[in-house]
Amino acid sequence: MKKIIALAEHRQGELRDITWEILSKGRQLAEGMGAEVEVALLGKGVKKLAEALKPKANRVLLVEDDRLEAFNSETYQKVLTQLITERKPSLTLIGHTAMGMDIAPALAVQLKMPIATDCIGVDVVGESFALTRQLYGGKVNAAVSFLKSGPYIITLRTGGFPVVEKDLPGEIVSIPSPLTDEGLVKRFLQYVEAAVGEVDITQANVLVSVGRGIKEAENIPLVKELADMLGGALSCSRPVVDKKWLPKDRQVGTSGKTVKPKVYIAIGISGAFQHVAGMKGAGTVIAINKDPKAPIFSVANYGIVADLFKFVPVLKEKVKELKKS
Amino acid sequence: MNIIVCVKRVPETADADVVIDKSAKDIERSGLVFDLNEWDNYAIEEAIVLKEKMGGTVTVISMGGEDSNESLRKCLAMGADDAVRLTDPAFAGSDGFATAKALAEAVRKIPYDVIFAGVQAEDDGFGQVGVSMAEILGIPHVSLVNSLEVEGKKMKVHRELEGGLEEVVEVDLPAVLTIQTGINQPRYVSIMGIRKVAKKEIKAFGASDLNLMPDEVGVSGSYIQLEKIFLPPVGEGAQMLEGKPEEVASKVFDILKDKGGLT
Repeated sequence: MKKIIALAEHRQGELRDITWEILSKGRQLAEGMGAEVEVALLGKGVKKLAEALKPKANRVLLVEDDRLEAFNSETYQKVLTQLITERKPSLTLIGHTAMGMDIAPALAVQLKMPIATDCIGVDVVGESFALTRQLYGGKVNAAVSFLKSGPYIITLRTGGFPVVEKDLPGEIVSIPSPLTDEGLVKRFLQYVEAAVGEVDITQANVLVSVGRGIKEAENIPLVKELADMLGGALSCSRPVVDKKWLPKDRQVGTSGKTVKPKVYIAIGISGAFQHVAGMKGAGTVIAINKDPKAPIFSVANYGIVADLFKFVPVLKEKVKELKKS
Repeated sequence: MNIIVCVKRVPETADADVVIDKSAKDIERSGLVFDLNEWDNYAIEEAIVLKEKMGGTVTVISMGGEDSNESLRKCLAMGADDAVRLTDPAFAGSDGFATAKALAEAVRKIPYDVIFAGVQAEDDGFGQVGVSMAEILGIPHVSLVNSLEVEGKKMKVHRELEGGLEEVVEVDLPAVLTIQTGINQPRYVSIMGIRKVAKKEIKAFGASDLNLMPDEVGVSGSYIQLEKIFLPPVGEGAQMLEGKPEEVASKVFDILKDKGGLT
């Protein structure tokens, strides 16, 4: 029978959300292909995670080894190469995450398998797949096809596929680890937790968030004052942190924080998916951007197409005036 | 320490109005400003900082047409020593894998201790080329690097994970590192600086110089192909507030009051 293998992602003892996302997509594709879904779980002492995965796949392929305690692309690649070579899945699904980006492209080269990365859509077309990807930071979508025959490796965007609850008669199959004590060229040393800042943006009811559109560090006070007037906190998107205009603990998004304020005001933020992933749980989103096509307007509740340098001062005046009355 | 940096010239689209062209396979390029891919800007800066500290050379490689010389010259002006451009009509339509193959073959011609590439490119966003290239070359890789330290024949690097978490990894050299934005503060390049390197030779390699057969590069050497591009579906979308700025500001105030945005 045809197979799809989905790679489970876990860190510090917990399965990551992407695992359920790729499993959901995997099950949907499997139905269309008449295939089974197997989930590969690599780790040390992860039986509990295997139990959690069991009802969501036809099979959990459990590979336990002390050397798999933390993710390392080198050990993962050795295990997955053997697993895929032996089980011959038609498709291997991996998350386009910090882990997936470190393993999938190398695995594809070693296995000589066609690969498509960061897909937001996958459909079965005969023996192959039709893919949707994004170009230019999400401003354009692209329909993409494979040029060669499978088996394939596809990496899926985080948050790009809904989690669908569906149970399968799963079983756990323990697979012996192929790893030996042979030396590694790459060694995991430790995790470093994010530094704690002076303000915890995850606790704020109101967030005024600023992006690349602010142009200069000198312009930050313009939005900071608005945040203060509203009794909220100032947050930002990635480019602002990359340029060192605000500290990392203010960053909303995949590599920063996930926030759920009552109101989120996005100013000069285009709305790249990495940012949206961190703020889509907000109650009400108001976006101010000069580009009417900015992706942020498709996730916002209210949109204002305006030059922030002209509109924000007017808004501040209005808030000052109306707060008094 | 000899460092190779792989770079790409891309259109700046973050603040631009993007329009799909008649072929429906590309965007209208006229009117767009082109520059060094943002991730590569951090990668070249990191290489130059390392060279300034430890000595050695920095070589930049880019695949692209003659326009790409502009980005290569920017890297030279920042402090790179040599520039190589991979150019051949046969390279057209290369996906991430085919690009990695050509880059890997070019790299084999140059002595190196470490290779840097940006995590991804702003245009096609594969996030794949650096890691694929490492595997083709048979050397280790570390992706999403946001700090690094040389320790003899090894490097100790931090990888950016999700949610502000980082992991520290030790890797033997030579290796490929894909560099994340924010790792440093790229230096400013003046027009004078670029003028100074205007005459510097940029070597050009075609497929045959890289011992690549025509079916190994371009569309024939690729795994995926773009069929067409289209604007993303907007979904429900936002309710747009229109009118004079004062009126819009009043509406925003009412929304804030209603939704708990005033505390």
